[in-house]
Amino acid sequence: MTTSNIVQTVNETLRTEMRRNGNVVLLGEDIGKDGGVFRATAGLQNEFGQQRVIDTPIAEEGIIGMAIGMAMNGLEPVVEIQFLDFIYPGFNQIVSELAKLRYRSGGHFPAHVVIRAPSGGGIRGGLYHSQSTEAYFTHTPGLFVATPSTPTDTMGLMRTAMRGSDPVMFLEPKRIYRTVKEELPADEEFTIPFGKAKVLKEGTGVTLVSWGAMVHTCKAAVELASKENVSVELIDMRTLMPFDIETILASVRKTGRVVIAHEATKVSGFGGEIAAQIAERAIDSLQAPIVRLGGFDAPFPYALENTYLPSPERILRAIRKAASY
Amino acid sequence: MLQVIRADGDFDPKVEPDLSHEDLLKMHRYMLTVRRLNEKGMSLQRQGRIGFFMESTGQEACQIGMSYTLTPIDWAFPSYRDPGTCLVRGVPLSALFDQMMGNSADEAKGRQMPVHWGFSKWKIVSLSSPIAAKLPHAVGVAYAAKFRGEKSVVLASLGEGATSQGEFHAAMNFAGVYKTPVVFFCENNQYAISLPTRRQTASESIAIKAEAYGFEGVQIDGNDILAVYKATKSAVDKARSGGGPSLIEAITYRIGGHSTSDDASVYRSAEEVELWKRRDPITRFTAYLMKKGIISDQENKKFIEQIDAEMSAVVKEREKIPPPAASTLFTDVYSEMPWHLREEAEEFMRDEGENGPQGEAYEKEPGSF
Repeated sequence: MTTSNIVQTVNETLRTEMRRNGNVVLLGEDIGKDGGVFRATAGLQNEFGQQRVIDTPIAEEGIIGMAIGMAMNGLEPVVEIQFLDFIYPGFNQIVSELAKLRYRSGGHFPAHVVIRAPSGGGIRGGLYHSQSTEAYFTHTPGLFVATPSTPTDTMGLMRTAMRGSDPVMFLEPKRIYRTVKEELPADEEFTIPFGKAKVLKEGTGVTLVSWGAMVHTCKAAVELASKENVSVELIDMRTLMPFDIETILASVRKTGRVVIAHEATKVSGFGGEIAAQIAERAIDSLQAPIVRLGGFDAPFPYALENTYLPSPERILRAIRKAASY
Repeated sequence: MLQVIRADGDFDPKVEPDLSHEDLLKMHRYMLTVRRLNEKGMSLQRQGRIGFFMESTGQEACQIGMSYTLTPIDWAFPSYRDPGTCLVRGVPLSALFDQMMGNSADEAKGRQMPVHWGFSKWKIVSLSSPIAAKLPHAVGVAYAAKFRGEKSVVLASLGEGATSQGEFHAAMNFAGVYKTPVVFFCENNQYAISLPTRRQTASESIAIKAEAYGFEGVQIDGNDILAVYKATKSAVDKARSGGGPSLIEAITYRIGGHSTSDDASVYRSAEEVELWKRRDPITRFTAYLMKKGIISDQENKKFIEQIDAEMSAVVKEREKIPPPAASTLFTDVYSEMPWHLREEAEEFMRDEGENGPQGEAYEKEPGSF
């Protein structure tokens, strides 16, 4: 049995999709000969050449902007932004251009660009190699946002992103790029639709919602809780736009108690949207206030990153708070 | 600075481009149409019949001359001051007015402010308001064409203000690195809203900036349509034959304000405007055509009358077209409507129906547009 980690899965998915579809091109900094700083594109330039695996100058607005133009003219670019933290020079291209092109052109110039970006902390990356800023993108109509937490989900969601026709922010959990391994589905038609969360563990006491690398921290917290006889239902969102509210509501109606844990800073984080949706649709089912847990509302630190990131213990305390209310 | 026709209409036959009398007359007619469209647009906005307008009076030679070099396989990224580019590409006048009126016949479904042109059939990509954002797109479109071995060329128009943006730098740099078939045409109309060119850049010209990116930049008289045509044709031919990108800086002048929300008298003198009115590109080209015996004063007047009549008829006809239906608020955000948007749409349509916010109550609300 061969297993793959997440970054190998990214590589394999890009490779197989590029073989399937000659219009797919990759662009990014150091993605060619170097194979990307995380090696996500290793070997692809050798197989597909410099015209399809394009090393770019260091300018995110140029990379994303050029990809948009390519998409207007029949190519299907997949952009690698070296770190999500470096995306901001290209923010105007994402928010003003990519997200709005289909709408502002009356549907005549949709731009199918997939933007991959390693996201999240825990790699000793300090302020600028650690942030989880998915909420900037969920707040922009026209973008989809995917946040896988396993190799299989990475493959299934990336195929959906690449075979679709909408712009996708594909946020890869870099902390667990190499730590989570599993056997991948062999079926080339295997995909995972957007907007379908996954219940990773069923439970009856508290609903715990998370995404990306934080899902694995939540798993540890669920173990700790079980030792205290608190049964937790763990939900991995998998995509934040569109987001699966039905799976959450079904769980909340059962447990009446909710904890939402994410790496991103808490205030205006996507957890706030989930909490508001629950309040709008299932407030009668709640038996305790919704507990949100995020990175602290301060910039991401270097030396104290493990203190900053929600730990299994902090999540456990949040679970206790919800369970004991 | 390249010039073919001098201010008085005199010309140097040695540098005249190769254009038939029929072409010259067509170019003239396009320029007159744009001039009239500017007058019409201003008047419609002042009467409250369209919400906003941006004049391009004084820049007709740029719009028409640069676009006249393109073929149907080429792409154009005009700026909001280039209605002439749309006309030359073949977009009917009616479609330009549909866009300005934001009516239900507009291909962008009335979603964009007036003069934000987009006509997919003519490979004119719907433009956005942030300056220079489209320039990297032009490079990407050109890359894709080159990738497939096609011979198409991309023409991207910008103002001198756009050259300060990071996206200008990125686009120029990428175009140079990948040697894409793209022509950047800068209409230096000397003001970016209120800021004069000398406060926009310390470079001795806009054209010289190209040198830093490894390709050619030329400065031309932007009020001389034949200079514009000649320089652009040469850049387009070069791009088509694999020679890579070019930057053209056309010196011109924005006779009107930045937009209908601007008062240019705050930041520039009436004398300066008068000086540039005397350098009018249409007056100059008319004098040239007359000197060459291609058009008479009588014929010219008849041309203008015809254009006037046609435009009035088009406006009258297009104003009858109803605004877009309320349901179009929710479409084209994604390829398929996600559930949360569908829920918003269904609730709204149930409560207010197709005519929703265009009802009388909304129009009477104080402070609304």
